[in-house]
Amino acid sequence: MAFFEMAKTAIKTLVQRPATIRYPAESAKKTEISRGHVTIDESRCISCGSCQRTCPSQAIVVEKEAKTWQIDRLRCVVCRACVDVCPVKCLFMDTQYTAPMVTRSTETVMITYVKPVKPPEKEEGKA
Amino acid sequence: MSRQIIVPFGPQHPVLPEPLHLDLVLEDERVVDVIPSIGYVHRGFEKLVEKRDFNNYVYLAERTCGICSFIHGMTYCQGIEQVMGIEVPERALYLRTIWSEYSRLHSHLLWLGCFADSFGFENLFMNAWRIRERVLDVLEQTTGGRVIQGACKVGGVRRNIGSEKLAEMNEGLGIIRREIEDLTNVFLFDSSIRHRLKNVGVLSKEDAYHLGAVGPVARGSGVNVDLRKTGYAAYGKLKFEPVVETAGDSLARCTVRARELFASIDMIHQAIAAIPEGPLDVKVTGAPEGEYFSRSEQPRGELIHYVKGNGTKFLVRSRIRTPTLTNIPPLVKMLAGCELADVPVIVLSIDPCIGCAER
Repeated sequence: MAFFEMAKTAIKTLVQRPATIRYPAESAKKTEISRGHVTIDESRCISCGSCQRTCPSQAIVVEKEAKTWQIDRLRCVVCRACVDVCPVKCLFMDTQYTAPMVTRSTETVMITYVKPVKPPEKEEGKA
Repeated sequence: MSRQIIVPFGPQHPVLPEPLHLDLVLEDERVVDVIPSIGYVHRGFEKLVEKRDFNNYVYLAERTCGICSFIHGMTYCQGIEQVMGIEVPERALYLRTIWSEYSRLHSHLLWLGCFADSFGFENLFMNAWRIRERVLDVLEQTTGGRVIQGACKVGGVRRNIGSEKLAEMNEGLGIIRREIEDLTNVFLFDSSIRHRLKNVGVLSKEDAYHLGAVGPVARGSGVNVDLRKTGYAAYGKLKFEPVVETAGDSLARCTVRARELFASIDMIHQAIAAIPEGPLDVKVTGAPEGEYFSRSEQPRGELIHYVKGNGTKFLVRSRIRTPTLTNIPPLVKMLAGCELADVPVIVLSIDPCIGCAER
């Protein structure tokens, strides 16, 4: 049986700096590999739809004809599966969380990638 | 016989982190019977397995629980690996062990905090969570997620920990250990806490065994069960002894968890010292055909993931048996005969994780 076991810790924490941070006035602790939200480089996306197929929460919709990449931020569980599966590495994991939102909405990105025209092979052969 | 009244306890109650409903049958201040009911946070995880690729279901398996998420993911992966006969590289097994033990540290510290809160010791609660933050920082630095690590996959792990980071973790554990010593000394030796917990919610060894208690609840009553002794992941290569207490009261369950913190730290030290170099994963081809009961030791006790595949990429059945669910019958036994004022402490002493229990 002991008394005042807590006194040592209590006095120590009195003189220490606070263990908490004043989020969101101060930014949250982040590491280089923290999973915040998914971003896309729309100029490189080839609309293959791998991310849509692999997404466990079905948050991503890729439309090839309309050339759009949509993500429902509230459905997304930030698992990083799409980033790993992307064949052209156009998806990235940003370390910051997305801002809070009050209505459910999807974010649409227009894909600007243009398939490069193949140089005619015959001319290459001649040269 | 005095008149019986029923007092509802939960699903919203200041001490409950998650929705569990108990109907307490009282005679004056004494609880004579308890009728538990769950079902407030059922999410249908087990059905979802039929709609998702077995490789991607890991991310969902992990989200069964917000506290021991890594161990859920790992147990599911073990099941699939056994069905498909995949040999996981040694380094991946060690990394899984390290992350599992960090999960255990953070879960037990969280519980110690909640437990302190349940008997009204706010200062101790905040101090426990301050230490837990150090553990979470390490998890975020190594896996990218604070509570949902997402580091496990079928066939290995998704992330490596460099040797510098491992050395840094080894050092950091020293600081965590000293802080935990200060913290657990309060739990184990402070006279007011001992007075509050001793002989509250006693569960005998026979009852613990016959009612199917698992984890710290069973070990607090003297039943020596620890699934880590079966040697899954890299546990077979680490030296440790299950922490067993014999008193069977709330203090014993608290002591088991407090001592397990040190056991976990020792295990991480051993794993860091013994981790071999090598690949992190193997390529998974084909689809699982067959069934397997995968078992592991969660911070709350024995966890079972049953998986059954039919040769397609969608599994036909998944069954998750979580430790909280099996600890509810022992809880009912502990509560019968106690005082109404002791109910919050006893309920918290089994470490209820209802999100996990209902899936």
